[in-house]
Amino acid sequence: MISKEEVQKISKLARIKITEQEVKKFQKELSSILDYMKTLNEVDVSKTEPTFHASEDFIDKKILMRPDKIESQPAGVVEELIKLAPSKEARHIKVKAIFN
Amino acid sequence: MKLDRLTINQIHNGLKKKEFSAVELAKFFLKKIKKQDKKIFSYLEISEKSALFQAKEIDKRIAKKQNLPILAGVPLAIKDIILVKGLKNTCASKMLKNYLAPYDATCVRKLKELGAVILGKTNLDEFAMGSSTENSAFFTTKNPCDFKRVPGGSSGGSAAAVAADLCCYSLGSDTGGSIRQPASFCGVVGLKPSYGAVSRYGLVAFASSLDQIGPITKTAEDAQIVFNAICGKDPKDSTSIEVQRPTLDQDNVERWTPISSLKIGVPKEYFIKGMDLEVEQIIKQAISYLEKQGVIVEEISLPHTEYALAAYYIIMPSEASANLARYDGIEYGLSESQNKNLLEVYLESRGQGFGSEVKRRIMFGTYALSAGYYDAYYLKAQKVRTLIKKDFENAFKKVDVVFTPTSPFPAFKIGEKIADPLSMYLSDIFTVSANLTGLPALSLPVGLTGTGLPVGLQIIGKPFEDNKILELAKLYDRYK
Repeated sequence: MISKEEVQKISKLARIKITEQEVKKFQKELSSILDYMKTLNEVDVSKTEPTFHASEDFIDKKILMRPDKIESQPAGVVEELIKLAPSKEARHIKVKAIFN
Repeated sequence: MKLDRLTINQIHNGLKKKEFSAVELAKFFLKKIKKQDKKIFSYLEISEKSALFQAKEIDKRIAKKQNLPILAGVPLAIKDIILVKGLKNTCASKMLKNYLAPYDATCVRKLKELGAVILGKTNLDEFAMGSSTENSAFFTTKNPCDFKRVPGGSSGGSAAAVAADLCCYSLGSDTGGSIRQPASFCGVVGLKPSYGAVSRYGLVAFASSLDQIGPITKTAEDAQIVFNAICGKDPKDSTSIEVQRPTLDQDNVERWTPISSLKIGVPKEYFIKGMDLEVEQIIKQAISYLEKQGVIVEEISLPHTEYALAAYYIIMPSEASANLARYDGIEYGLSESQNKNLLEVYLESRGQGFGSEVKRRIMFGTYALSAGYYDAYYLKAQKVRTLIKKDFENAFKKVDVVFTPTSPFPAFKIGEKIADPLSMYLSDIFTVSANLTGLPALSLPVGLTGTGLPVGLQIIGKPFEDNKILELAKLYDRYK
């Protein structure tokens, strides 16, 4: 079973605050999911390469890359994007201070 | 004329012959949604104003006798994880409750250019994570065949809206079965296209090596029309690939691939102990029916099938944990920032914005990708994925398509699996392989259980042979 400390460490890495109750719940749930994953240990993959992209063989890699240049956005899109920010000043998104 | 059950072609012909106008049709569906969706809960938002505006434009085109694309004036619904400019895009999450889409997804833009009439956005499991829509932060959608049961998920709202005739067709997204399983549970057609066939620009990212957008429709013919309208290479999605397809501007999409002497493989690993006996019987009947029509059926083996689900439930949350890192309470979405430092903004916004299944998957993915575990979980799963892909490559040397049940059981009861995550995950057991391998797969309704619950047959095709499996499904539709 995953320890309480491990769950707390994961929640910190994942940047999700969880309650004491959730810690206990995740201990149980994550452990049972991990147990299920153990079935993969039966498979010999010592000579197998990973697949990261299922349709890789069909991609024309010559045209995959595009020139690194700025494309102008349709009118109003940038304003709409800025409007979505919870905290802003003029056309700037406000963030919390990161230096003390 | 009864407008509820019309297919895309029937609507197209009805509009051209002026049997009804696009506005009449849109009003009919909007009225029906207001009346009947109180029982089904398939829509999160109705876009009445823009739907009627678009319908009026179509009627003007018809009056001027202008060329009418086949999807013009045809009303559809869109899963609330695909952006439609000016409409909210909530992903059924508290995190994006007030998010207003600033642009159209590529597939939406394509449909709009063809004159499609968007009726609204449909319910889903939060961020498409789930198999029942019970994980929606707002409400659970009911299965139109039995209100006590789930419609499946995560595209449960999209499937229920089509099944209840609250739209002509809908769009869903499929990461591990999220189009096919709800289509199967609701008795409609659902296609997960080949990985790369449809642009994901404007689809909220979940697990990027698995996600695809696809149609949910009343017939296989409709699925083919919609698929060919939305597929194609898009510079805004570098994983998108051009697919061969018939031209769309003809009234009847012609048969694309000849169907005679097709070989169908039925993998023995997909008929497992514990699966619903009625489902097994209905699937076998459907297969033998097609056999009588002249296709050749043979048993095949996909030996790594039993490992697909475990590999999927490592790869998917790993990718999700990275994709969902963007919800940080700074740029958009729910933000808990009063009197807090930066780290606290992250922790609180995410702690309050995400529901329990989303948290569970982000937590598990974070664990699987964390230092010391990457090789044991993520990398190992990606290697197992290669073996699953090879299984299919070997099978496709002998057969043209693979037939399986879409789900081992019909729609389950609301509440039946929600308390036990692992048992919920098992409902994806037959659908995840097509996502891991990138293969096109569709679910076709082929029968009802004794209690009237739909059963779906899954047809999996070779890479980018989406049109071939659609032709085969059409053949079944035509004879039944």
